[in-house]
Order: sequence, then C-alpha cells, then structure tokens
Amino acid sequence: RAAASIAWAVLLLPPITAVFIILSRFSFLHPIHTISVIPTIACSKIALLGQLLHPRQFVSSVVHCIMGIIVAWCCAITIGGRYETLGYPCIQSDGSPQMCLNEYQLILLLAGAFVGFSHSLLGVIHNMNYVSFHTVQQYKYLRFKGSLPLVVKCSAIQALYSIRNYIVVYFFLGYIPRAWICKTLNLHLTSSAHPLDSIAGLLDLSLFYHLWISATFLLFTWYITLLLFRIFVTEVYSFPVQSSFTEDAHQCLPKVLLTDKQPMILKFLALQDLALLSQHSPSRRCEVFSLSQPGGHPHNWNAISGECLSLLADLTQRLVAYHDTVATNGRAKSLSTGSERKTSSETSGIPVSPLTAPFTPDLDSPFASPALRRLTAPVEQCSPWHGTVQSPHIMRRAPKLWSTSTGERRLMEDRSLRSNKHCRIQFELNRAVKNFLAKRVLIMYLFNKLPEASSQALFADSQAHIWALEGLSYLVQASFSEDHFGVVQTALPSILSCMLVLQEAVDRHFKLPHASSKPVRSTSSIGDSTYKTLRFALRATLKTAIYRITTTFGDHLNAVQMSAEHRKRLQQFLEYKE
Amino acid sequence: MCSLALFPPPLPSGQTTLCESNNELLSGTSTEDRPKQESSPLSLYFPRESLKLHSRTESSSKAAFLDHSETLWMRSAAAWRDGGLTGLLTEITNSHTEGINSPVSCSPAVPKWLSVSSGCTLALLRWISSFHGSLFPHLTLSSEDMIAEFSQVLNWSDCVVRAFSWHPHTDKFAVALLDDSIKIYNPKSATTPTLKHRLQRSVAAVQWKPLCASALAVACQNCLLVWHVDPCSLSTRPSSGCAQVLSHPGHSPVTSIAWSPSGSLLVSASPVDTAVMVWDVAAESCVPLQRLGGGGVTFLSWSPDGSHVLASTPSTLFRVWETRMWTCERWPCVKGRCQSGCWSPDGSRLLFTVQGETVIYALTFTDAPGSRLYSGPQAAAVVADLSETTFNTPDGDIIVGGEIQSLSWDPRGERLAAVDRPAIIAVFKTRTNPIFELLPCGFVQGEPGAEPRLMQFHPNFQHGALLTVCWSTGRITHVPFYFLSTGVPHFGLSGSPLLPRLQERPSAFANQSLFTELIS
Repeated sequence: RAAASIAWAVLLLPPITAVFIILSRFSFLHPIHTISVIPTIACSKIALLGQLLHPRQFVSSVVHCIMGIIVAWCCAITIGGRYETLGYPCIQSDGSPQMCLNEYQLILLLAGAFVGFSHSLLGVIHNMNYVSFHTVQQYKYLRFKGSLPLVVKCSAIQALYSIRNYIVVYFFLGYIPRAWICKTLNLHLTSSAHPLDSIAGLLDLSLFYHLWISATFLLFTWYITLLLFRIFVTEVYSFPVQSSFTEDAHQCLPKVLLTDKQPMILKFLALQDLALLSQHSPSRRCEVFSLSQPGGHPHNWNAISGECLSLLADLTQRLVAYHDTVATNGRAKSLSTGSERKTSSETSGIPVSPLTAPFTPDLDSPFASPALRRLTAPVEQCSPWHGTVQSPHIMRRAPKLWSTSTGERRLMEDRSLRSNKHCRIQFELNRAVKNFLAKRVLIMYLFNKLPEASSQALFADSQAHIWALEGLSYLVQASFSEDHFGVVQTALPSILSCMLVLQEAVDRHFKLPHASSKPVRSTSSIGDSTYKTLRFALRATLKTAIYRITTTFGDHLNAVQMSAEHRKRLQQFLEYKE
Repeated sequence: MCSLALFPPPLPSGQTTLCESNNELLSGTSTEDRPKQESSPLSLYFPRESLKLHSRTESSSKAAFLDHSETLWMRSAAAWRDGGLTGLLTEITNSHTEGINSPVSCSPAVPKWLSVSSGCTLALLRWISSFHGSLFPHLTLSSEDMIAEFSQVLNWSDCVVRAFSWHPHTDKFAVALLDDSIKIYNPKSATTPTLKHRLQRSVAAVQWKPLCASALAVACQNCLLVWHVDPCSLSTRPSSGCAQVLSHPGHSPVTSIAWSPSGSLLVSASPVDTAVMVWDVAAESCVPLQRLGGGGVTFLSWSPDGSHVLASTPSTLFRVWETRMWTCERWPCVKGRCQSGCWSPDGSRLLFTVQGETVIYALTFTDAPGSRLYSGPQAAAVVADLSETTFNTPDGDIIVGGEIQSLSWDPRGERLAAVDRPAIIAVFKTRTNPIFELLPCGFVQGEPGAEPRLMQFHPNFQHGALLTVCWSTGRITHVPFYFLSTGVPHFGLSGSPLLPRLQERPSAFANQSLFTELIS
C-alpha cells in the first residue's frame, strides 16, 4: 500500500505541476512578474506587515490555500482507507441512517490549506520569489541533480514545522471549520467516534505521519517548480555582440544592456553574458573592440562601457546619498541650517532609476491613506535614523530623534516658525501624538528598523554591479594584448576613476554600524539568501577588479591622466597595500 | 629510459646547492658563500625546540580531566558534541559497565537494555563502516594520518614547516608551522604577523588569493579559514575576527585548496568527501560538484590560465575539470593514485605523477574553450623516468631516484622540480614553445642530513626562477636559478605578458635532451 501511494504520488506530480502553472497564470500572477531578480527587502517590521497584508499577497495566499486543498484531496484519495471520503453513511442513536462527517479527510484537507497558506507567507518573509544567479555555471541537469537532495530535505523539514503548527491551531480552533462543513454539507457528527481536536484524537501517530507525508509532497511539488523555474530562468543566454542584419539589432548585447523598458531579468542576463564573454571568449571580445564598418567608431565598446560605468556611478551616488543622510542625522545641529540642508538633500535625493526600486515606497499598499502614509513614508524610504538606533541610550531619546528625522517634519517646523499660531498649535498637537505613539512598545517594535536591512536594501541589485565590474575589468585586461585600435585606452581614465570613487564610497559604507556584520547562514531553507551577502561580494569583486587592471598595466598606469588623490589611491594598489 | 643517468652527479657530502648561474649549479660549504643579491629574500630557520608543541592530543588529555560525577545526560550531550553519534553510543555503552565496576560513582546507572542496544548499534555501525572502509581503505585513517598520507609534503606529520606559500604578486610569504600557527614574512616590513585561531589545527595547505593583497586561505582539519591580513597593519597578532570560517558538513579534513587565477573562486578537497567544493568566499556560499567514484578528492591544482582544474582521488583515478561549465574528464591510472601534478604556464600541458611509479606523465590539452570535444591524446605520455640510479663518486656510490612526491613548475615554464621519495630534488630544464622539451639540470641538495620536505617556485622572480625549499631541519632556503628567458613571451599568473628579453644568450643547454615532443 505504501508503494502504491508513492507510485501514485509520483504519477500525480506532472498533472499537479500543470495545474499549478495553469492556476498561477489565471490569477494574473504570471511567474515572470512574481519572480524578480532584485529582492524586496523590508526595512522594518511594519513594512514586512505591509507586504504581508498587500492585496496581491492576499490573492496569492488564497490561491495557495486552494491548491493545497486540491493536492491534499488527491493525497487523501491515494492514501485511501479512512481518508477516502468526506462523508460516510452511519446510523444515529435513534436508528435512522444518515451521512456523517469523516473528520480524517477534513483534517487532511485543512492541513493542505494551512500548509499552502504558511508557504505563501513564508515566501514573502524569506523572499522566495527572488532569483539569484550562481557564480558557478553548470548544465541544467547537473544543477537540478545537485539541488534535489536539498529540496527533499527542505520540504520534509518545512512540512514538519507546518504540521506541528497546524496541529496546535486545529486543537484550539478546529471546531469552527468542522461545524461549518457540517452545516453547509448537511453532515452529522457521530457521537461514537472521538472528535479529532482533542488530545487523544491528535495523539495518533499514523494520522500525524500521513499529514506530514502529504504536506511534504505538497511542498516538494512547489519547491521543485520553483527550482526548475530558477534553473531555467538563470541559464546563460548568449546575446550576439553585433548583428549584420538590422532587424536583429535590438537583440544585440549593447542594445539589450541599454534599454530599461524590458523586464529586469533581460538586463541581468545581458550583464551576465558580458561578464562571461569578457572572461572566456576571445572571439566575442574581438567584436567588442571592433570598429564600425563605415565610420570607424567603436560603437560596441562605447555602449557597453558607458552602460557599465553609469551603473557603477549610480551605485556610488546612492551610497554617497545614504551616507550623507546618516551622517547629517547623527549629529545635533541647529534647526535652521539643518532644515535647509535636509531639504536640499531631499530634493537632490536618491536618483530615480529602475534599479532603485526598493527605495520607492510602495504606493499601492494598504497603507496608502494619507495619515498612515505619513507614518510609513520615512520607514519605507529607509530613513536613516532607524539604521543608527542601536543602543538603549539612543532608544530613550527616540521621540526627539523622530521629530527631527523626516524632511517633511522639518518643512513643517520651518513653516510653523514663520507663520501663524494656528499652525504651531497643530504642530504641537501632532508632535504630542507622535510622542505618545513612540512611547508605546508595540509601535516602536513595528517601526524600528531591522538591523542591516537598509544596508541590504542599498545593495539589493548589486549582482548587476558585480557583473559590470567583472566585465569591465576583464575587457580592460584583455585590451592590453587584444585591442588593436586602442578603443579601450580612451576610456581608461574614466573607468579607473569610477572604480576608485566607488571603492571609496564602499569603504565608507562598511564603516557604518551593521554594514559589516555577517548575516546568519541558513542552510535549511529553499529561499535564496544570497542577497544578504551581496555587499561583501561587491566589495571583494571591486578590489579584485582594480587589482586586475593595475596588475595588467603596472607602471603604464602612470601615463594615465587622473587627479592626484586618485593617483595616490592607485599607488596603494600598485604596491599591493590595499 | 632512465633520465637520472644523464644528470650531473650529486654533490659530495658537506656541500649545499647555492644557485644556478651560467648554466651550471654552483655549490658551497656554507650559506655565507652565497652571492649577494638584493632580490634574494630572507632565509629562515625554525628549530624544532623553539616551537611549543602540544604534548598530547586532545583525546588523551580528556580522560585525565573528565569529571566522572557528571550526570548521564551531561555526559551524553558532551559525547554527542565531541564524537557525534558514535561518541554518544560509546558513552552509553561504557557507562553501564562503569556503574557496575565503581560503586562510588554517583552517576545513575543506565538501564541495561539501553546500553546493550547501543552496543549492538555501535557494532553494526562499525561493521558497516569497515565494509565501506574495505572499499576505500583511506576512510579508516584518522584525519591526521589522512592529511599525512595525501599531503604534498614529504613526511607531513614530522615536518616543522607544514605548508608554505608565496604571495602571487609581492615578495611576502606565509609559513605554517608544526604548532598550528602561521607566520607571514615580508622583507619590506618589520612586523611578522602570527596567525592563530581556535579552529586552525593540522594545517595541510595555505594559499594566497590572487589579485588581492590580504586574503590567505588555510586548509585545516575541520574547516577552511580565510584570513584577511591587512598589509599596512602593525599588529603582530591579528584577532580571530579577521578570519572567515568556511565549513560544510562532511567536508573535513581539507587536504588541498586552490584559488582560481582570477581570484574569484576557491576550490577545496577532502579525502572523505566525493564532492569538490567551489566557494564564493565573499558570500561564504559553496557549490558542491559531486561525482561518485574515487572515494574522495585529495589534491587540486588550478591551471595558470584558469581553464582547467586537476582533481585527484584516493583511488586509481583522477579528473580534469573544465571551469567554464564545470564538466569533467575521467582519467583512470593503471597502477596507483595521482600523487601530484602541475600545469604549464599557458595551461595546455599537465604533468603528473602516480603513486608507486617513478615516472612523470604528460597530458596535452589543445581544446578550444567552450567545446566539449577533447582533441588531445587519449593516453598520457611518459616524459621522464626517475627510477633508481647509482652514481660513482669519490665518496662512494650514491643511489638516487624513486617515487615522486611532488612536482613544481616555475611560472615561466623553464624549470621543473621534483621531490623524490628518498629525499632529493631533481631539477629539469624545460621548454614549452615551440615544442615541449625536457633537459637535465641537476640536483638541489641541502646541509648534510637535511631532507627536502616541501618546495615552491617564486611566482614572479625577475632574474629567472627562485626555488624555495623547506628542509626537515626546519630551515627554509631559496635557490635562485639565474637564466635569461628563451625569448618566447609567456603568460604569468596574472595573465599579463612578460616582456621578451632583449639579449638572448646563445643556447647552451646540455646536448642530451631527455624528452622531445614529436609533432605529428
């Protein structure tokens, strides 16, 4: 019988996967849109709560619940025996035959729903929809084979935890769905059988085993789908560097790199391809260094290097802006100068680019009502002081820091100083409310910044920067012997200065609290936590990239024009002292 | 074909090899005769007595201090922590007999059925592991013995200097000593940082990260450590916070590590794990490359151009991984396992030695990157035979030659050094372009009674090649080979072409060539 159930389970795998894919397509949750290459990082508990209560998330939870019920029903049928039907004929105490509720199937179906629900919640918390790219390229089959044991282990462990929680919930609240099912389906409860929401009913090892096996099966199908999706999506795609036909021009590497309208994944694939071609493929490198046929312009190189440099400059600007907001917030300063400075930095602000998505507040969230938005806005913008609050000493002063933290408040204060009394009273009232709120433990708990989350959010899309750095540095290295027209030479000063400026910004960032603390390594989760260590990877890649250029060119770099400060910095690299 | 017969005879006793100059090896009686060169770095001497050694191993000292009045639960937990499942079962089995023998002991007696059943489980486990061990005999070794067996160092367990590594770009080097500490010497700096870490035990290998000034990877008994030693810091004892600990369950002891020449990846191998681990060190994540067969991985060597990795196993099989898509070729050997290997500077030729044989084999890889078709020879060619040879010298007959422990090729591809089992270094002159040629150069000998244990070529010596040798006496010496490059631009570690020499000396190689590749 066990063998039969396993055989059935395996046979059911393809149809269930098909059902999942069809369902997920129907529910305007096209996988391409749900899965992203940039993780969404919640900077505080309240932002996480906002994500969890988002309507999109609600729909996804409902879909998962329904699918969980369907799979659990399939499991119940395949296991058979006492789980087979929801109702069975029984004889009441008065002797009349009627349909009774089979609680065993009910508990299995509800377990499926519960596991589905908790899977969708955990998906948000663990960033399950984030797809990371591997540093090691492998063929799809080998990668799948390599990850299979992990998937089995994860689904078994996760199922165990979910079923444990489910049993606790069922013990306390199980009577509600049971009564509801009885009422809607006009079934009866037998008085002879034990109700399952009792200790005696739940201490049934075989029931527990069946619940666990079904939950494992359910999670396994989902994890396998996820794994296959990740493997197929992140597979290396080789873009042509240049095409001889104009109709294919939009598929060429420089074009794909430049356009921002396409899904982010395309840009990432193009950058990955760039990093690989610059490392492994001399013939394609040659195309990058080539000149256009009429005209003799290095269009390919210009487009590629320009895009990489703008990506890196964007990151530098972001880091500098973040550092400035943290630095200005940390020290006490007079109101007037502070406010001016603050507003100017607000307006210059964080550069708006598609890559800074995690910084823009989620306006379609349920917290979009104006009053609440005022509360949530600083949090979702990753307002700096949350990141700096760490000692209890500062925590006690929190209310004051709060009022001076947001630019909005500053503006209001400014205005209130200048204008009428009415406004001032309102402002005082406002502050009193905020003070009151800030003293409540729960509110503080919800609004407190998660440590290192802002740092993670800053580097959320750094995989792109890592590839840009690798691509540029390998191309520059190869240009030493392969670039016959000297197209790279003209860009060398700008590449070096861009990297050195970024290096300085990264160094400064890592001096901030929490920035250099290592996240806990979690191995028993299918959720990808690569984004937590991206900043370390970026730092290491950046250093290696600069060393790659200095080692290749050596003393020739003295002939490159650059500022005195950069030359000093570069000298450190030439002497291997960084 | 016996290659050693064509070698110049070994030096009379009392003479040490100093350097190669004008195409011959010069010798002297003491190190004072060494011609003064500003580029020759410091020689070091670590007398065995100066090191504070662990007088006894941890397991033996445990018995002396273990408090036997602990409760069973405490002891079981400790046994689980220290020895895993086997330790726990042993503890339970032993505690029953102990409760009977010593009535003074206040520990509660274990129920008989528990101790008996755990004893049976233990016996069953041992039976299964002995069965497994009969397939792969190396699995029955203790981890120290395993490192000694598979290390590139001759007689590792008795060696004062256990590992050595030159920095790929500068003149500094790291030395791992018998007392589990690592010292970093830099001729340009007065401080010599000493690295010590709780987990840094039985160091089998150290290697500096290429394209980086500070990172040093250390293969330890239970994990991998990556130290970040700031070259500008004046601290002599960097804290253990400077070290990243990389570990993976089932991947210990680590006997070999190799950085990719681009500095982005680190691979590590353990004789008990069939998977090669590819580490992304910054992210502290690893990808296991699992291939069944072989019973483990003992030695790794990354080709200087980064395209291939040699991975040898404890059985008669080695693999050559291609690093683009990480697929591998299997190369079964006839006689024994692959003991050592080294790559030519352009990564196209692999020289390797097999345990139990006295010859050096060569494999040529001419495949274009990306294509999976292997277009080289289907079998390895023998390029040198180092079998026993007797030299008649005024001091009597000297017998040299035997099994080869390790191979090392200088970064320009002009000198090849091999450590033989009866402890002598034979150096060959090599040419890789336009055809592969092997010519005799001579033997490198140390002080009387000193055996070579470990050797490495300096990665960027300006005047030729510099061979660093660690001797059994605890001395580290450097033997320079002064020569002018044969004029062919070679690729260094960084991939940057070295400039061809302007003056080219008339070729004065010994006219008996040992091996010349035939171009078909």
